[in-house]
Amino acid sequence: MATQEQDVEKLVKKEYEHGFITEIDAETLPPGLNEEVIRHISVMKGEPEWLTEWRLEAYRLWLDMAEPDWAHIHHDPIDYQAISYYSAPRSKKDGPKSLDEVDPKLLETYEKLGIPLHEQKMLAGVAVDAVFDSVSVATTFKEKLAEAGVIFCSFSEAVHNHPELVRKYLGSVVPQGDNYFAALNSAVFTDGSFCFIPKGTRCPMELSTYFRINASNTGQFERTLIIAEEGSYVSYLEGCTAPQRDENQLHAAVVELIALDDAHIKYSTVQNWYPGDEEGRGGIYNFVTKRGDCRGRNSKICWTQIETGSAVTWKYPSCVLRGENSVGEFYSVAVTNNYQQADTGTKMIHLGKNTRSTIISKGISAGYAQNAYRGLVRVGRKAYNARNYTQCDSLLMGDRCGAHTFPYVENRNASAVLEHEATTSRIGEDQLFYCRQRGISEEDAVNMIVNGFCKQVFNELPMEFAVEAQKLLSVTLEGAVG
Amino acid sequence: MLSIKDLHVAVEGKEILKGLDLEVGAGEVHAIMGPNGSGKSTLANVLAGRDGYEVTAGGVTYQDKDLLALAPEARACEGIFLAFQYPVEIPGVNNIYLLKAAINAKRKYHGEPELDAMEFLKLVKEKTKLVSMKEDLLNRSVNEGFSGGEKKRNEIFQMAILEPKLAILDETDSGLDIDALKVVADGVNSLRAADRAIIVVTHYQRLLNYIVPDRVHVLTDGRIVKSGDRDLALQLEERGYDWVRKEAAAA
Repeated sequence: MATQEQDVEKLVKKEYEHGFITEIDAETLPPGLNEEVIRHISVMKGEPEWLTEWRLEAYRLWLDMAEPDWAHIHHDPIDYQAISYYSAPRSKKDGPKSLDEVDPKLLETYEKLGIPLHEQKMLAGVAVDAVFDSVSVATTFKEKLAEAGVIFCSFSEAVHNHPELVRKYLGSVVPQGDNYFAALNSAVFTDGSFCFIPKGTRCPMELSTYFRINASNTGQFERTLIIAEEGSYVSYLEGCTAPQRDENQLHAAVVELIALDDAHIKYSTVQNWYPGDEEGRGGIYNFVTKRGDCRGRNSKICWTQIETGSAVTWKYPSCVLRGENSVGEFYSVAVTNNYQQADTGTKMIHLGKNTRSTIISKGISAGYAQNAYRGLVRVGRKAYNARNYTQCDSLLMGDRCGAHTFPYVENRNASAVLEHEATTSRIGEDQLFYCRQRGISEEDAVNMIVNGFCKQVFNELPMEFAVEAQKLLSVTLEGAVG
Repeated sequence: MLSIKDLHVAVEGKEILKGLDLEVGAGEVHAIMGPNGSGKSTLANVLAGRDGYEVTAGGVTYQDKDLLALAPEARACEGIFLAFQYPVEIPGVNNIYLLKAAINAKRKYHGEPELDAMEFLKLVKEKTKLVSMKEDLLNRSVNEGFSGGEKKRNEIFQMAILEPKLAILDETDSGLDIDALKVVADGVNSLRAADRAIIVVTHYQRLLNYIVPDRVHVLTDGRIVKSGDRDLALQLEERGYDWVRKEAAAA
């Protein structure tokens, strides 16, 4: 009798563990990761068999990998079995009902950034009735894009509507086993963005996740795939400038860019995930793999990033310069305050002849933060006349933070010309006093000096983004001096 | 306008000013002279409110206000301008942008509307002539890559734009050749006004040939030990500082 009961219990428990036969919660899987969970994600998303297999392959690779420990960051161990790997896009009922329910501190920040009210609601995850302007705007944009032949949709939609494109390019830049977090992402990614610019097309507008509101709630494992066919151009904006309300502790996204002959992709990011509080409690661990493949001749990929959020940032947007005469650029501002840690930089892999790359990295540390630039410039045997220019500048505010630079160079072709410049400076008492003596408040003076420091990078951002990035910096560094 | 009484100032625990008295009235130009290490720059910095200068005794009244209680930016907005001995470079910050921020901070402080771009540019154009500023310097980063003379000229240019009540020139003549010195002096002279006081801190009397002071004070060992008119400056040039020191010691 007793054993029978135990068996029943076992059975019940088992069903519960797998949770997907009975609809306990249609939208969220219980925590834990195994092949069943991955199959389930794939089934729930109605994916074709090949993709399920692709995910499983990634999972098996991941099992044999170890979390990297070479970065200049420290964090509590991540319990991968404690994470729920499928959570449908947050629906209206999960979010706060109105702005009154949102953390006033968050609202204050939105206010300072000058974010319009309906956008504030979106960012804070407030259920928004579909009556505000941006919906109609979004619709107009969709029509305009369709006219140009540009495909811009969620990753899931792309899997259903353009499976041949997804299958051809997915993992072709960042293979499943590329690194620990990319493998994890490949196994469990839930959604993301897909973008395809056909041959000879100049995308008629800057694409941004803003116009695909759903995608901003895709949770911790996003996957982005952008393909620019021959002679096309696209400028893609990722992220938003206000801190996103998000409870997920771990973010492991993958972004793949493919530029064919004469194509040009410009990818701009403003990352402002929750950085944790002043004491360093909470905050997002952001482990992102971003890579662009300049597959065609004369192609160009340009990464611009403004990183101000997250408790831990681990991110190296890179370019594989495969095509002859291809160009890779990386412009970065990484700001860390309080107890934030960033280990970020880029890799420029020169494979083709006459390939050129530029790296401009600006790191700003304040409070107790640690900010590291880590970059690799690799020139392959056949990359004749490759050129790289690297400039890494660090700015320190206060005397308890740290800035670190880890540049790596691997050169296998004697014709390469590589330049590297690096500076570290402390925000000068002298500079501050000079500004204050001219009547400018300390806070404004700090902003002015920091913005001056970042100017080269801001110049690469689309206009409106640059303005917001400046404001964002001032909010992030508020109270960092004095 | 400015009244300094028995001012004692220490830097890192070491007393630099040891009971300095000075009265400056509106419309007057005062020269503070003295040997190296006598406390001239300390005086300039204390008046402007730089950190690290500890007032241990005495006080400063400026336009009936307790100057030492004001933050540096408030002092600036109240009309105090320091032309720096070593103007700093601020990479990436446009020279003219800094000026616009400065002038508008001041206007805001006084409850006046901010200048728009057109009004501001008009003002800039007018004042560039005053110190023959090259226009390309305006759009460069603050003092970055400026020659010594250009930096000092830039200080006077800023002074012309900000129209202070009390201007303190801290060794503005150091490192200038004779032509640059004349240009700077001409700029300063054109800013002499009945409601404006100027304190010229200098090592040499050379500058005073061009900016003729109403009063000359000798600062040695943290005190003003002798005051006089511009003849005193000439005497100092001839005889050095030692006789003043001895005279002071005897008294």
